[in-house]
Amino acid sequence: MGYTLDFSVVWHAMPALLWGCVGTMGLALAGMTLAMVIGVAGVAARDSKAAWLRALVIGFVEVVRNTPFLVQIFFLFFALPLAGLKLNPTATAIIALGVNGGAYAIEIIRGGVQSIHKGQVEAGYALGLHKGQVFRFIVLKPALRAIYPSLTGQFIMLTLTSSICSAVSAFELTSVAQRIESDTFRSFEVYFSVTFLYLAISWLLMLGFAVVSHRFFSYPTR
Amino acid sequence: MTPHFGLAEFGFLLRGLQWTVLLTLVAFAGGCTAGLAVALLRTCGHKGVEWITRIYIGIFQGTPLLLQLFVVYYGLALTGLKLDAFVAVAIGFTVNASAFLGEIWRGAIQAVPRGQTEAAMALGLHYSSRMRDIVLPQAIRISLPATIGYLVQLIKGTSLAAIVGFIELARAGQIVSNQTFQPLLVFGVVGAMYFILCWPLSWWGSRMEARLALASQR
Repeated sequence: MGYTLDFSVVWHAMPALLWGCVGTMGLALAGMTLAMVIGVAGVAARDSKAAWLRALVIGFVEVVRNTPFLVQIFFLFFALPLAGLKLNPTATAIIALGVNGGAYAIEIIRGGVQSIHKGQVEAGYALGLHKGQVFRFIVLKPALRAIYPSLTGQFIMLTLTSSICSAVSAFELTSVAQRIESDTFRSFEVYFSVTFLYLAISWLLMLGFAVVSHRFFSYPTR
Repeated sequence: MTPHFGLAEFGFLLRGLQWTVLLTLVAFAGGCTAGLAVALLRTCGHKGVEWITRIYIGIFQGTPLLLQLFVVYYGLALTGLKLDAFVAVAIGFTVNASAFLGEIWRGAIQAVPRGQTEAAMALGLHYSSRMRDIVLPQAIRISLPATIGYLVQLIKGTSLAAIVGFIELARAGQIVSNQTFQPLLVFGVVGAMYFILCWPLSWWGSRMEARLALASQR
């Protein structure tokens, strides 16, 4: 025994760790943006007339959702250069996060679109709304409202998943932590503190999402 | 000379798969036991206890599994106990599972209609009988799709044991990939093995979810 915890190394490394937090948030944001693009395109393709395209999307979603992110990022890490994309680790990580999040986004967005009943659209027209109004008030906003909780939950999950990108040494919080750990050998102190930095990030995101939800998606009460 | 990906390498991956399955089973069994305790404490009616379990669950939901694993792994090392790598990561996954399953079952317990509890109380059943005979059997039914969903998460999550050096399927894949220089083939096979493990469970879970949704419509 005789091990005394020493958190001063964490304190000294705080500037680097906070940069790591910025890296993590940037990585997650870029990954989520790509995931949304894949999600919307995937939903369109999922309901297309071409059977092979539908099958491709279904297969993509099932494969991504039933394999670990670690294996996905390793695969892409080696596959992308073969496909002619020589990228740095961080860019590879963004693509991996985008592909992973995209598969979940397809399912979530599709659920939102399906939650709008045809009768609601017809009711909108019957009330004399024109096409743009029907799309905005009857389709878009309720669909967004329906998927908002799961989509933002998925975003937080993706932010936490981004820690795995340290396995290909992308620039984010966990890889910064690993560097500090190998410099100081204070494994427990570093990882314990970094865990709470992640907790702070996810609380911040939750708070932000709640504010947006309250501002844009709450039903008018008066 | 570098070996090619052959039967020996495939066998090595299969042994890694065995460890993945074993790790999942141990963590799931441990997580079910501890998770039930968490769920019961979370719904026990005592404000302080509910608050503490809520924070416990919140910490696990708000931090990366990889970091939880690091903290448990290196934290256990600090206690001076010489634990096998398998035991250390199994404890890590068990703790994580206890929080997630606890939250899933908390939701399921609260989804059982309040009248069931009231009727049981009116019949004079005490807490343990009320839970064991009335509430939990219904809650388990409600929670089954989400529980299976978590099991799939857990199988995928055990791949992170590779990062702390425990040789399960993902780590075995890394090793074979480094030996053979055929990363695409190796990680393709590894991915396929995970898929074969997870996909039937996912399919079963979503089918059950659809059936439960249909039953609640009636």
